[in-house]
Amino acid sequence: MYLGKVIGTVVAERKYEGLEGKKLLVVEPLDHTGKRTRDPEVAVDTVQAGPGDLVWLVGSREAALALEPWFVPVDAAIVGIVDDVDAPVSGRK
Amino acid sequence: MKLCRVEGTVVGSVHHKVYDGQKLLVVTPLDGGDSFLAVDRVQAGVGDTVLVNQEGNGARQLLKMGQQVPIRSLIVGVVDEVYRDE
Repeated sequence: MYLGKVIGTVVAERKYEGLEGKKLLVVEPLDHTGKRTRDPEVAVDTVQAGPGDLVWLVGSREAALALEPWFVPVDAAIVGIVDDVDAPVSGRK
Repeated sequence: MKLCRVEGTVVGSVHHKVYDGQKLLVVTPLDGGDSFLAVDRVQAGVGDTVLVNQEGNGARQLLKMGQQVPIRSLIVGVVDEVYRDE
């Protein structure tokens, strides 16, 4: 799993069976310091996240397990909205 | 599995139901690479070196929460020492 910031939404009218009505968001993957780790990606939302939210996501096959019905073709799913990241940067070796 | 250092904790009250009551930690691979999140089931703490399983099937088997578990990274051990032959 990894952190990300929601930076946009995607509208797609024609979607694969199982993805109808699912919200797709553009997410910028981040590390715990807020640094962007790779290019933005599209993720399906399961927690009613919105633009600007810091979220956590699950990737690969496990993303397909986050939805009802499960096993739909997605490779990233937003599974939580972050309230707080408590990771002291000082004291790092 | 990967050796990682625990950097801190992540809390979020709105989440998928499988994350209810789970402890979510930020871990950084010791050999470099970006930090990621892992569910902790071995009471690891900040600063600990841990063993992280990054594979969903293994996580599902260990968590015993059924098949529909969107959790991929699981901390499975707190490392005391690593010996390396140079």
